[in-house]
Amino acid sequence: MLAKWTAFKNSWFLYRFLRDPVAVSCTVVLFVMVAAAFLAPVIAPHDVYDASNTDILDARTAPMWLEDGSSNFILGTDQQGRDLLSAMLYGMRTSIIIGLGATILQCVIGVVLGLTAGYAGGKTDAFLMRMADVQLSFSTLMVAIIISVLVDVLLGRHALALREQMAVPILVLVIGLAEWPQVARTVRASVLGEKKKEYVEAARVIGLPPLRIMFKHIMPNTLSPVLVIATVQVAGAIMSEAALSFLGLGMPVTRPSLGSLIKTGFEYIFSGAWWITAFPGITLVVLILVINLLGDWLRDFLNPKLYKKG
Amino acid sequence: MFAFFIRRAGQAALVMVVISLVCFAVQHKIGDPIRDLAGESVSEAERQLLREKLGLSDPLPKQYIRFVTNAARGDLGISYMFGKPALDVILQKFPATAELVFCAVIWVLVLSLPMGIYAAIRPKSVLTRIIMGVSIVGVSIPVFLIAIILIWIFSVYLGWLPSFGRGDTIVLPGGWTTGLATWDGIRHMVLPSISLASLTLPLFVRLIRSEMMEVLQSEFVKFAYAKGLPLWRIYLVHAFKNTLLPVITVGGVRIGTMLAFTILTETVFQWQGMGFIFLQAVERADTSLLVAYLVVVGLIFVGVNTVVDLVYGLVNPMVRVTGRK
Repeated sequence: MLAKWTAFKNSWFLYRFLRDPVAVSCTVVLFVMVAAAFLAPVIAPHDVYDASNTDILDARTAPMWLEDGSSNFILGTDQQGRDLLSAMLYGMRTSIIIGLGATILQCVIGVVLGLTAGYAGGKTDAFLMRMADVQLSFSTLMVAIIISVLVDVLLGRHALALREQMAVPILVLVIGLAEWPQVARTVRASVLGEKKKEYVEAARVIGLPPLRIMFKHIMPNTLSPVLVIATVQVAGAIMSEAALSFLGLGMPVTRPSLGSLIKTGFEYIFSGAWWITAFPGITLVVLILVINLLGDWLRDFLNPKLYKKG
Repeated sequence: MFAFFIRRAGQAALVMVVISLVCFAVQHKIGDPIRDLAGESVSEAERQLLREKLGLSDPLPKQYIRFVTNAARGDLGISYMFGKPALDVILQKFPATAELVFCAVIWVLVLSLPMGIYAAIRPKSVLTRIIMGVSIVGVSIPVFLIAIILIWIFSVYLGWLPSFGRGDTIVLPGGWTTGLATWDGIRHMVLPSISLASLTLPLFVRLIRSEMMEVLQSEFVKFAYAKGLPLWRIYLVHAFKNTLLPVITVGGVRIGTMLAFTILTETVFQWQGMGFIFLQAVERADTSLLVAYLVVVGLIFVGVNTVVDLVYGLVNPMVRVTGRK
C-alpha cells in the first residue's frame, strides 16, 4: 500500500498534473462541487424534499443581497418557495448521480459490444458497428428523446406516479442506451490493434476460451482510451439529463435536478425572477466545463502525440 | 460506384425498417384507438366488434404490413389534437423548422470559416486564444441555456428582439409559410437561429482549425511558400480548398444532428415548428402525430446521411471500398 503510494507520488502523471494550473484548479472545483452535492443533506440550509418545510408565501423571494431578499434564503427561493441553494445542492446530487450512472452503463454496454465486435469480426462486427453509426447519425439527444418516449409508452399513461419514482433509473437507462456507440467504437478500434499481437495468439494457442481471452487478456489493454471518453461522457450525460428534464422528459419538478430547476425558472424569467434560472444554470455550466477541461487534459496526457498540437 | 450506391441505399432502407418498427410499436402500444373512438357507454361486445372491423385483432405481422403500406401512401393516421391527418400537420410545420436550421447553418458558416482559418494561420495570437477559449466554454453550455441567456439579455433586459413565435409570416405559392420575407419575421428569427448555431459553431471552428493546421504542414503548401505565392493565395486557394472535404462531410451529418436540437430551441422560443409540435404530441400522447414526426425526421436523417456518404464516395474513391470512417 505504502509502496503504491510512493510510486504514485513519484509518478509522471502526478508530476505533470501538479504543473498544470488549469487541471489542478478544475480538480479542486470539481471536488468541491461533488462534495457539496453529496453532503447536501448535511450542509443544505433547508430540506427540499420535505413539503412541510416550504411555504408558498415565500415563493420567488429574491437573493439575500437584493432589496426584497431574506437572510433565510441566501440565493432566494423558487416558485414553490423552496430555498434555491438547497434545491441546487440536492439537484446537483441528482444530476451527478445520473451522469455517473449513465456513464457506467454506457461503458459497460460499449466495452462488451465493442469487444465482441472487434474480436468476432465479420457479420457481428458489421451489424454492431452499423447500429452504432445509425445511432450516432441520429445524435444522442434524438435517440435519448425517442427512447424516453418509448419508456413512457411502455409504462403507459397511467403510471405517472411510478414514472416519477423511477425517474433516476429511467434517465440512467435512457442516456446510457443513447450514448454507448462512442465507447464501443473506441474499444473496437483498440481491440483490432491488440488482436494481432503475440500474447493474444499465445493465449489462443494454449486453448483458452474466447471469452477469457476477450475479457481477461484484451480488455485491460483497451481501457485507457475508454477512461478519457468516459470523463467527457460524464459531462455529456449531465448535459443530456438537463436537456431531457428541460423538455419535461426527465426529472419531475417536485424532485429537483439542475435541468428541472432551469425549466421551472424559465417560466418566471419574464416576471423578473431571474435567479431561479441563473444560479442552477451557472452551476450546470461550471460543472460541465471543469469535467470537459479535465477530460481534455487527460487526453493530452495519455496521448502525448497530440500534446500541444491541438 | 454503382455497387457502393446500392449498398448505401440498402442500408438506408434497413434503417427505415427499424424506424417503422419503432413507430409501429409506439402506435400499437399507446394508441388504443378503441378508447379514443368509443365513448364510455359503448359496451364491451360493441368494442370487440369495432376492434374486428378495424383489423386490430389480426396477427401482428399482418397489422405491421398494413401499417407500412398505409405509411407509404402517406396515411399515418389522424392527429386528434388537430383533427387533421398527422402527416399534413407535420408537413405544415416543416417550413418553420427548415428555415430555422437554414439560418443556423448560415450563422455557422459565416462565423466559423473566418474564425477557424484565422486560428489556424495565427495559432499563437491573442485572438486565437480567445476564440479557442470561448469555443470550449461554448461546448459546455447547453443549447437551451444559451437560448435563455439570449432571451434574458436581448428581450427582457434590452428589449431589442422578440422572444417567442415566428412573427409575421407569408404563405408562398406551394403552401410554404416563410418568416424570412418580412422584417418582423427576420427579427423573430435572430435569437432562435443563434442559439441553434451555438451548438455547432465551436465544433466547426475547432474542426476547420485542426484540418487547416494539418494541411498547412504538408509538402505542397511548403512548396507554395517556396514559389513565393502571395500569402492569401496559399491560405485560401491551396490550403483551405483541401480542408473543405472533411468539413463538408462532418457538416452534412451535423445538419442532421441540428434537427434534434431544434426540439430544444423550438420549445424555448415557442417556435411553431416540427419539434415544438412533437413535444406537445408527447405530452398529450397524440400517437399519430408522434409517429408522423418520427417518420418524417427519420426520412430526413437517412436522406442526409446517405447523400453525404454518396458525395464522400464520389470525391474520395477509397471510401467506396473500405466504408466511411
